[in-house]
Amino acid sequence: MTTTHERPPHQRPAAIEAIPEVSFAIPDEDGWGHLAELRTDPVALLERVHAECGEIGRFRLADKDVVLVTGAEVNEQFFKAPDTTLDQAAAYPFMTPIFGEGVVFDASPEERQQALKNQALRGDQMRGHARTIENEIIRMVAGWGDEGEVDLLDFFAELTIYNTAACLVGLPFREEIDARFAEAYHGLERGTDALAYVDAYMEGVESFEVRDRSRAVLVELVQGIIDRRRARGTVAREERDLLDVLISLDMSADYITGVFISMLFAGHHTSSGTSAWTLIELMRHPDQMAEVVAELDELYADPGDDTKVEISFQALRSIPRLESVIKETLRLHPPLIILMRLVQEEIELAGRTIPPGTIVASSPRVSNRLAEDFPDPERFDPSRYLDGRQEDLQNRWTWIPFGAGKHRCVGNAFAMMQIKAIFSVLLRDFEFELVQPSETYRDDYSKMVIQLQRPCRARYRRRATGSAR
Amino acid sequence: MTMRVVADLDICQGHQMCQAEAPTVFGFDEAADVVEVLEPHPDESLRPQVEAAVRYCPAFALTIVDPAPDPTPDPMSEEDR
Repeated sequence: MTTTHERPPHQRPAAIEAIPEVSFAIPDEDGWGHLAELRTDPVALLERVHAECGEIGRFRLADKDVVLVTGAEVNEQFFKAPDTTLDQAAAYPFMTPIFGEGVVFDASPEERQQALKNQALRGDQMRGHARTIENEIIRMVAGWGDEGEVDLLDFFAELTIYNTAACLVGLPFREEIDARFAEAYHGLERGTDALAYVDAYMEGVESFEVRDRSRAVLVELVQGIIDRRRARGTVAREERDLLDVLISLDMSADYITGVFISMLFAGHHTSSGTSAWTLIELMRHPDQMAEVVAELDELYADPGDDTKVEISFQALRSIPRLESVIKETLRLHPPLIILMRLVQEEIELAGRTIPPGTIVASSPRVSNRLAEDFPDPERFDPSRYLDGRQEDLQNRWTWIPFGAGKHRCVGNAFAMMQIKAIFSVLLRDFEFELVQPSETYRDDYSKMVIQLQRPCRARYRRRATGSAR
Repeated sequence: MTMRVVADLDICQGHQMCQAEAPTVFGFDEAADVVEVLEPHPDESLRPQVEAAVRYCPAFALTIVDPAPDPTPDPMSEEDR
């Protein structure tokens, strides 16, 4: 096996050397290239690559060159490249200690398709998931009084852990976890420091220590659940879930925990962050909030003749205004701001030949705000998605909050249903308002998994009974 | 000439959502695990269902191609609308 990617930078292949490199906002004193800026202000870095270099430019992360492409044409080449050419797992070294050695990062498209046919994300399973999620959100707000304040990060992170655990692992497992599991899971997500591009196990890095402690806590919690299930003995088939299957295969708690972590990972911080930002954008735009509330009130109105629509039914169907607000939230606040692949076999992008060992990337954050595709790109404007405009479908290679192509987020229909169900309940029962100046709601970009920065509080007030539904 | 429905089989992930939206237009190729367009030129009356299938395709694999408008429209036709 050649190790071309470990070459010193000065021996960079001519093809890479010919691609313009972005300037430095933070001097490269540690020799790790643009890593320092990626760990502090990645948005500025990615935007500057596009501004300075155009549709193809590069920056450096430790010993790796990262080639960033932007724009419909070259994004299409990037997203359509075959799996044999581009490898995902190797491009995200910060994930390995989280999943654990030996746990697959991502299935091949063929395996994903097979899994879709048999498992939890299948279309005909969605109705049950919608009912499950409706119950989870009702449980989460059961303890709320008539008014109060909520930390949006804590609230949505905990809710979406229960939703994903219940729907993807199973209802019995969901009943065996609590806030401790959600908190430890959050600790894992905080362990995604880009320092992993130098060494994912670097000593003395606090976020890595939090990560490893959190993973140990999760293994301990899962071990406890396994022990209790073993002691209980076998149960009827319909009461079993995925955990029973894995136990019967004699897998260790460590390995099972890794499998669960990897199953929950893609769907957790993404749905949690998008839900929080949807609420923030609605609170920032009271006119949009009023329209969405009116839409939901009308959809779920009780005509008093047994034709009242269930949330679990409607969440799977069209809720046009709410959907547009979620899409616009995703465009402006994509949960992943950079999607990366390690080049395995030479690939051509934007007329340049990229050699193996290079990381190639596309940025949802940059693409989603291209003025040529999204007029007035900084403006929150849900009407972009109405009939006639449909800026998501019109720009399927640059409207990329879910990525694109074969690896387009396989859970996106689940995610949209989940968020529609969450807001169907929340906005039926409560009104929300900002408690901080609007511009103080922002993301913490210090880790590869982006989270809301604290404080991020909202005030809720129970809606008067006898309101429309 | 009616609309034409196009499926990008390189992108289809086999969610089968389109079949629920427009079952007479979209089928499923079990062997290849991808969509099969049963009716490439559906009747105009099916447009709402086909548009829903395109909009809710989780893989963005579907497109409606409408026939190109007449490049030299008859100016008189304005009055007929």
